Amino acid sequence: MKNKYEVVIGLEVHSQIKTETKVFCNCSTDFHSQPNTNICPVCTGQPGVLPVLNKKAVELLVKTALALDCSINKKSVFARKQYFYPDLPKNYQISQYELPFAEHGKLNISADGKIKSIGITRIHLEEDAGKLLHEIGSRQLDCSLADYNRTGIPLMEIVSEPDMRSPQEAAAYLTALKNLIEYIETSDCNMEEGKFRCDANISIRPVGQKEFGTKAELKNMNSISGVEEALEYEVQRQIETVENGGKIIQETRTWDPNEKITKSMRSKENAHDYRYFPDPDLVPVNLDDVFIENIKLTIPELPEKRKERLIQEYGLPEYDANVIISDKALVNFYEDALNNTAKDAENIPKLIANWLTTELLGKLNNAKLTIKESPVKAEYLGQLVSFISKGTISGKIAKTVFEEMFNTNKDPETIIKEKGLVQISDENEIIKICQEAADESPKAVAEYKSGKERALGAIVGLVMKKSKGKANPQMVNKILADLLK
Amino acid sequence: MNEIIKMSATTLAEKIKNKELSSVEVTKAFIKRAKETDPKIKAYISITEEYAINQAEESDKKIASGAETGELEGVPIAIKDNILIENIKMTASSKILENYTAPYDATVIEKLKKAGAVFIGKTNLDEFAMGSSTENSAFFTTKNPWNTEHIPGGSSGGSASAVSAMTAPLALGTDTGGSIRQPASCCGIVGLKPTYGRVSRFGAVAFASSLDQIGPMSKTVEDSALLLNVIAGFDKKDSTSINVPVPDYLETIKQDIKGLKIGLPKEYFIDGLDSDVKKSIEKAIEIYKKAGAEFVEISLPLTDYAVAVYYIICCSEASANLARYDGVRYGFRAECDNLLDEYQKSRGHGFGPEVKRRIMLGTYALSAGYYDAYYGKAQKVRTLIKQDFENAFKKVDLILTPSAPTPAFKIGEKSSDPLQMYLSDIFTISCNLAAVPGMSIPCGFSEKGIPIGMQLLASNFDEQTMFKAAYSYQQATEWHKQFPNI
Repeated sequence: MKNKYEVVIGLEVHSQIKTETKVFCNCSTDFHSQPNTNICPVCTGQPGVLPVLNKKAVELLVKTALALDCSINKKSVFARKQYFYPDLPKNYQISQYELPFAEHGKLNISADGKIKSIGITRIHLEEDAGKLLHEIGSRQLDCSLADYNRTGIPLMEIVSEPDMRSPQEAAAYLTALKNLIEYIETSDCNMEEGKFRCDANISIRPVGQKEFGTKAELKNMNSISGVEEALEYEVQRQIETVENGGKIIQETRTWDPNEKITKSMRSKENAHDYRYFPDPDLVPVNLDDVFIENIKLTIPELPEKRKERLIQEYGLPEYDANVIISDKALVNFYEDALNNTAKDAENIPKLIANWLTTELLGKLNNAKLTIKESPVKAEYLGQLVSFISKGTISGKIAKTVFEEMFNTNKDPETIIKEKGLVQISDENEIIKICQEAADESPKAVAEYKSGKERALGAIVGLVMKKSKGKANPQMVNKILADLLK
Repeated sequence: MNEIIKMSATTLAEKIKNKELSSVEVTKAFIKRAKETDPKIKAYISITEEYAINQAEESDKKIASGAETGELEGVPIAIKDNILIENIKMTASSKILENYTAPYDATVIEKLKKAGAVFIGKTNLDEFAMGSSTENSAFFTTKNPWNTEHIPGGSSGGSASAVSAMTAPLALGTDTGGSIRQPASCCGIVGLKPTYGRVSRFGAVAFASSLDQIGPMSKTVEDSALLLNVIAGFDKKDSTSINVPVPDYLETIKQDIKGLKIGLPKEYFIDGLDSDVKKSIEKAIEIYKKAGAEFVEISLPLTDYAVAVYYIICCSEASANLARYDGVRYGFRAECDNLLDEYQKSRGHGFGPEVKRRIMLGTYALSAGYYDAYYGKAQKVRTLIKQDFENAFKKVDLILTPSAPTPAFKIGEKSSDPLQMYLSDIFTISCNLAAVPGMSIPCGFSEKGIPIGMQLLASNFDEQTMFKAAYSYQQATEWHKQFPNI
């Protein structure tokens, strides 16, 4: 059934721009302040106030737009989007309609192992609304409380083309977009704090049909997985509706994360007429080439480029590279670790990748810590891997050392010294231990000499036991083989 | 009658500075006058006596101590009640803001405070500055001091009336389509609408943001320049204020006007023009000719469209600007059952009929499917009107017109006919659409003794030439030295 239809998805992302102050007044944008403490006559819509544009917000939006390959409009205009709601003090939102700051961009995502380019229609600047509270904890209030701290915080609305063909692609787009924005640090993208929000437009059409089907707009998804789930549900709903002879109507639907269904909010007939018109309180913004070029200079290496570099420069497999670039803090950690390894050591990049993605991330996950909160410093991980690579400690010992590093925040060298864990690589000493072990295992020696190569394992085990695991395993194997010839 | 109240602001400022008069003495004289005449005139929504006396005492202390003083140190001024003074009630003459106390100072108020001015009271206006007679005030209608059966003009009718009745030597008004110049004309005083962007709008209740300007109202042209010197200038809080240096308007005001070219737009001298108005303007032209000015007939061909363009633009902008008055955060809130009910009842009862009419007109003009035909088209014609003026000012230095087609009409005469009322702004609104400065100066009286005003228009940021011409005219005439018998 599903194969008969093609899914078409376009996404609208609202991302809070990371500025110290609001977009049209000087109030703080701090998320954790007490309600209604970051407010002033301007952002509460008192009579007579006027908006003054925060240039930093424009800079960060343009930076994002350039990272998304958009063309920047030299002239852009603010417009008033009008609707009444108590979280909107002026009962209009300053936004953009014609002439947004940026248009015609793209973002590459990985879909089914292939790279797919998703078009960005436009990016515009607008002010956030406040928050309404209808309950405190589980207590339902008999009135609504309004908190205007969020009112006027700058948002960039990033509108995609209807280029995604599955909920998974939509999730991949959101993940890539969030990652990119985190790389360039123009938004915190914290979804729990509402700093990265997504609405989705979704329709289905019979495979091969060129015209789009009627779309539904989905709201109220609070995580990327929520978006994916809501879209999955909506695909099913739309297919079933059509298969049962029904018609999809153009409407706005809200995702209920508890019931895991979408519910109709309002139909097209009841859609708002926002009566957009250019805001006469704000003059058009003219951006010149110098301004745009200067912002270009502030854009760091983006995830896609960085991935290519990890593969080419360090010879990392694509899989490892993908995992490592999925988070800017992680890739920074990786390269920091790499820069702290001994120059003459071998196969270091892959070793660090392994230690980072399996050992460290595993431990962090268990401890519910982020990479930024890691008790193991990047340089220490680099040092640890160097010790392994140079044979100072064995891989097995390294795990003990790592455990200790994670628990005590100490550097590996200190731990190795304190615990006397340096690998024994002195040939004479190893010969001595091997001889002892052979002498104490006549049965195994006999078996080995009669051709049972596996019997050597028992002798090696005894050597390791005698050396408390510190004997260099490769040397032990070689020396025992020589001794028992 | 106390001589103080007849003095110009320029004279008062000098005498206070020289300690010939104290600010307290001056302020008390005006307050006394206001208390005597305002029951008849009703120019004030509130007389801020205590506030004013405190300010006056401060000024006197400053002067006594020899500290640096401002240009208006100790001089009283009345403020139109759509401009915010921190901690003072600001109603915009609307029920919806009846008990609203301003939480901050408008930029012009900050500047006036710095200049040492004393705020004597808040003056009446048409609700949210929408009207030409103050009959749209939610509280009461202000009377014309020259004949209390007549309107004082509007929307800054309270400010015009206050200055005319000598209850304040100066006042601030706001002008969106003639709201300073038309009442100035009605009350026989000087009213100036500066170039758009010359004076910060921050702290003036927005009616139509792309048209609103704050401006001075005074008995004399010199006082107008003195007040503009104080309030003009770029303000970073108002993105539409323009960063052009402010000249000293008093410095050039007395210059000769010989050779000045004044345009007479033929579209303004129409058949329906009141004969008394026509005669006064003709006499004014003769006076200018004697002073050496040259007159040229010019054409502003789009004049006919100005009223339509103006009402579409001002109503559209107003419909958005007034959306914030919803009773949610401040202002009048009706008893209600739910959110929609709250909006409908608070706004339904809080706004008067003219305000509601304009909100509805503007909402309609901006609606999907109508935008291009109304707002979009109006903006295009507005650009053409601007070009009309630009072309005209290539040929002439100033334009002279009547300020209004008739002298002040009687209270109630036009209040049932909004279209007739809208036409009282016919000569003043193009100036706002074109963003150019305009000024009304008293130039005579009708046979019934009602003042008549003439309007001077100048090119953008050329208030200096306008002041020069207005001053020259006032030196040659006595209109500004006449006082109503109230």
